[in-house]
Amino acid sequence: MTTSLLRTRRFAAVAAATIAAVVGVSACSSSSSAKSIRLVAYSVPQPAYDALGTAFAKTSAGKGVSVKGSYGPSGSQSKAVLAGQQADYVAFSVEPDLTKLVPSKVAPDWNSGPTKGLVSDSVVVIVVRKGNPLHITGWDDLTKPGVEIVTPVPSSSGSAKWNILAAYEHVIAEGGTPAAASAYLKSFFAHVKSRASSGSQATQQFLSGTGNVLISYEDEAIAARQAGKPVDYIVPDQTVLIENPAAVTKGAPQVAKDFLSFVESEQGQEIFASKGFRPVLPGTKVGTVEGANDPSNPFPSVKKLITVASLGGWTKVNDEFFGDNGISTKLEGSTS
Amino acid sequence: MTVQLEEAPAVDPAGAPVASGRRARRSARTGLSLGAASGLSLGVVVLWMSLLVLLPLAAVVGKAFGSGWHGFWSAVTQPETRSAVLLTVVLALLVAMVNAVMGTLIAWVLVRERFRGSAIVEFVIDIPFALPTVVAGLVMLALYGSDGAGPDLFGTRAGLAVALLFVTLPFTVRTVQPVLIDLDRDSEQAAASLGASSPVVFRRIVLPQLLPAIASGTALAFARALGEYGSLVFISSAIPFKTEFAAQIIYSKLQDSDHPAQATQQAAAIATVLLLASVLVLVLLTIIERRVARRG
Repeated sequence: MTTSLLRTRRFAAVAAATIAAVVGVSACSSSSSAKSIRLVAYSVPQPAYDALGTAFAKTSAGKGVSVKGSYGPSGSQSKAVLAGQQADYVAFSVEPDLTKLVPSKVAPDWNSGPTKGLVSDSVVVIVVRKGNPLHITGWDDLTKPGVEIVTPVPSSSGSAKWNILAAYEHVIAEGGTPAAASAYLKSFFAHVKSRASSGSQATQQFLSGTGNVLISYEDEAIAARQAGKPVDYIVPDQTVLIENPAAVTKGAPQVAKDFLSFVESEQGQEIFASKGFRPVLPGTKVGTVEGANDPSNPFPSVKKLITVASLGGWTKVNDEFFGDNGISTKLEGSTS
Repeated sequence: MTVQLEEAPAVDPAGAPVASGRRARRSARTGLSLGAASGLSLGVVVLWMSLLVLLPLAAVVGKAFGSGWHGFWSAVTQPETRSAVLLTVVLALLVAMVNAVMGTLIAWVLVRERFRGSAIVEFVIDIPFALPTVVAGLVMLALYGSDGAGPDLFGTRAGLAVALLFVTLPFTVRTVQPVLIDLDRDSEQAAASLGASSPVVFRRIVLPQLLPAIASGTALAFARALGEYGSLVFISSAIPFKTEFAAQIIYSKLQDSDHPAQATQQAAAIATVLLLASVLVLVLLTIIERRVARRG
């Protein structure tokens, strides 16, 4: 008996040592070469940046350059860069995650370019199971009995912030009072089945069977359909314009700057569009986008499109909604 | 979270071999004073423990009170936080108690009943120890997730409890087993020959000798459950007042990049409460152990 006990102990020790060794080795192998760009981004645009990296490597400026990406919740990624994670190119879901890096990591003139520091747009959409079995047409259907919503948690996720903003502001856009908007948001939260850590984790949970409604980016919905997932999506009549900023860090190599120019160029924007993002460059040729509700007109105009600028800018919005006494913080943290 | 894990092993020396340990301590007190060599080794031990355990713990507690008693209090009394901490403590107590019973039973079966495949059971029990907790979380999701093979426990408290039972399974088994192996069976046979029934023998002879080991295994399981993160994070839906657990709130506070300083202080405050809870349980169980030892 004692010997078999010893043997299992020894086995456990060997197993632990093996795992530690494997983890150690894989951690060491990620050294960077001169010909690579270290990209740190929020979770959702990974397919787009993969395509952009491939296309960039075919240009004269990007010959032989590889883009090495790290993806995660927007807020967490911003915090990681601030804490010292090496990055040449950063891309976030929401502007405050980028401005937090100014001026310590990113130069103050990051938003002085032609696209004002933005590289992609999108809108908040409602994703449902294929065939829309619950017949959801807009925000007001989400608070009906039986609806279970998947949306991320706003302390780390940019996607969560966009979603909460859209849910609240749709009431205001319809002429409702702030009280009515708060009431709607409270009942919206009561229907939340799961709070994921990032936009892509929310998609993952939804696709693996959790809930029956996912609130997400339009591009995320299109990407899921491009990947053959059985989902449909609804662009609500009132929704928020999502604007995603990106910048190169201080001391980033020239190739990173070239990559940002490429991303902002017409060719880069076409690639973004093909992955379901609304381009930031006016006049970008948007071809057929597979996975969109109408592939030939993939980005329908929204009846009432709310912008963060119209709400007073991100600093104000962040405080008003996600500060310690913010509307969202209070409603999510109140006894339900 | 690491706080509890680091602290947990400290029970072991005070727990399992409690009877002999106490005797040794008593003789040391009455006997020789420390020699130079043992004085040095004691110094090394104290330094080592301070560096590894006490210093980090002090840093967390210091951070928790960084903005005074008021900051600490308002952090831990936020309704969402309070509910998550309460859920965590209750779940940990529940899991520890189930473990006390089931772990003792498993240890008993493994030591006293020889059966085919007992070696396999021995092996299986240690798997939750050897697995990284994130892998344990994955295992739980594969079985109890929304598209898993078993019942859908995603986003339920039952799901959290099952995951905790999984990761804490070995604790009581592995503390009780060695004591059972060393148990002197003569007194049991004597009691039986004097007409005591098996339940009476177990209650009056065996259980008192096992109790210290059961208590220390239970305490370890409780401490582990209190700070568990990796195995729970996938099966939990992170819904406030429902499945959001303490370590999850701490993690999400640490991810808050909008108000980093304040969020870190709040996270430390919650950690301090967990620390207090586990210290409280450890002290309680030590008292129980002492009582039992005195009666024995």
